[in-house]
Amino acid sequence: MATIQAGESYGFFTDTSVCIGCKACEVACKEWNQLQGDSPSFLADSFDNTGTLDAQNWRHVKFIEHVPDQSATTGNGTAWLMMSDVCKHCKQASCMEVCPTGAIIRTEFNTVFIQQDVCNGCRNCIAACPYGVIGMNSQTGTAHKCTLCYDRLQGGLEPACAKACPTQSIQFGPLAELQKAADVRLAALHSQGVKQAQLYGRDDKVYGGLNAFFLLMDKPETYGLPNADNAGLPSRNDAGGYLAALVTGVLAVVAGLVAFRRRVTG
Amino acid sequence: MVYLAAEHFASPPQWTWYILFYFFFAGIAGGSYVLGTLLRLSGDPRDEAAARIAFYVAFPATVICPLLLTADLGASWWKFWHMLVDVTPGDTGLNFKYWSPMSVGAWALLVFGFFATVSALDSWLRVVPMLLNRLFNIVGSVFGLFIASYTGVLLSVSNQPVWSDTWALGGLFLASGLSGSAALIALLIRNRPEASISLGRLHQADGYFSVLELALIIVFFITIAVAGVLSRVLPWLPLWAIAVAGIAGSLVEARGHTRMQAAGGSATVAGVRLDTVVVSLLVLLGVLAMRAAVIFSAQ
Repeated sequence: MATIQAGESYGFFTDTSVCIGCKACEVACKEWNQLQGDSPSFLADSFDNTGTLDAQNWRHVKFIEHVPDQSATTGNGTAWLMMSDVCKHCKQASCMEVCPTGAIIRTEFNTVFIQQDVCNGCRNCIAACPYGVIGMNSQTGTAHKCTLCYDRLQGGLEPACAKACPTQSIQFGPLAELQKAADVRLAALHSQGVKQAQLYGRDDKVYGGLNAFFLLMDKPETYGLPNADNAGLPSRNDAGGYLAALVTGVLAVVAGLVAFRRRVTG
Repeated sequence: MVYLAAEHFASPPQWTWYILFYFFFAGIAGGSYVLGTLLRLSGDPRDEAAARIAFYVAFPATVICPLLLTADLGASWWKFWHMLVDVTPGDTGLNFKYWSPMSVGAWALLVFGFFATVSALDSWLRVVPMLLNRLFNIVGSVFGLFIASYTGVLLSVSNQPVWSDTWALGGLFLASGLSGSAALIALLIRNRPEASISLGRLHQADGYFSVLELALIIVFFITIAVAGVLSRVLPWLPLWAIAVAGIAGSLVEARGHTRMQAAGGSATVAGVRLDTVVVSLLVLLGVLAMRAAVIFSAQ
């Protein structure tokens, strides 16, 4: 890969069609970022034992187990879908929009980064993130998520997860190059008859486009991703919320003035 | 504005007890200040005693708010001031995002704290001329209305289920805060002869606010039903029942005082006192229960 340069947009293209669920990305991420991980838990409903993205899991291999009653025909088995989930580094980032402290910034690599020394743990970003990416570290009192290995990028290294992925499911690079690669891969799958394959976040329909975008083998909701119709920024509710409050305020003031009006007789 | 059948994959922010009580006290602080102002503006000189009590209530309720918010930050409590000042290296300055209710709310709380403090002090010392006082109270009430309502907007400006599926929360929290404030002030003035003359009017006002609150609760349920997330609210129906009981109590009490007024004020004092205590406590419990039902239904 060419030299990583500040001022260029970088991201991930995660091709879920070749993910084998090995979790090398999860391990590499924890190792490089010195994440302790959560206490082991038995989730009982899946082969997934990570559960969710949070302050200790910045990569999470989702296992979507839709085991059909009848066997699938050869080449059409979709019972097991696997996807290495991560912060999407949205171009229109909900977390960044609502952050009151200015802790969430866009880096010189066009990624979304939480400054730990600025974040004060208000958790507004957690309420806003539509992907459930951000988690709270109670020890540091700050919000955490994937940094797209900001420190590695500054040192000219690709992110640990992409480096460790054995199947090239996670590809890292300049966004424009990744988008071209994704288009080629999608065309190849469609030509092979895999019509359900689709790109998610490749274009600007979802949060203005995602720096970490995906090739999916089913509709986005199956993977726990909001579709384009449901991908709204938190600020969409500013006007309606304030307007309702304003109307209520006016009515309440009038009601109060009426209730407290001067007595006719002393 | 288009609301679509909502599908949410967001994680809960774990805003629990500190935030619940912050929302409660913000409603009481802002609501009490507004009621004090309205008593001064619309009432006659005999309502001044009740108005002063309203400002006395607004002050401690306001002081509690930042303490609760700071406690909620946990290990980062000492960075509470980052809400106002951006300490990003090379990009330091004041923080103000008009599109982020939390950012606007932090500033509004600071400004309202000034108004609440000065008004409480003046209620005690009585040094500021009444005309100036009223102008000051009107400006302070704008911030009071904001403090009592923005917490609901803050919840809506997210991607959480229920919260982001309705536009009614700001108005609902405001109506509820005003109702709770009227109930609390009524509770505090019932034994004060110089202020208890305002008791009936406070109950009347509480009745009006309760009608608003009830209407907004209906709107809330309609909007979340349309969004397809009604099932998330159902486990919290007992809390909603408490809120509705408080509203019912307010309406019954308001009706009683309206009738009493029509009859020339012939109700027995003892009866009024008993009702005031029971109804006021029920209303305040309802204010808390409604906020808890909203907060916990998304988490």
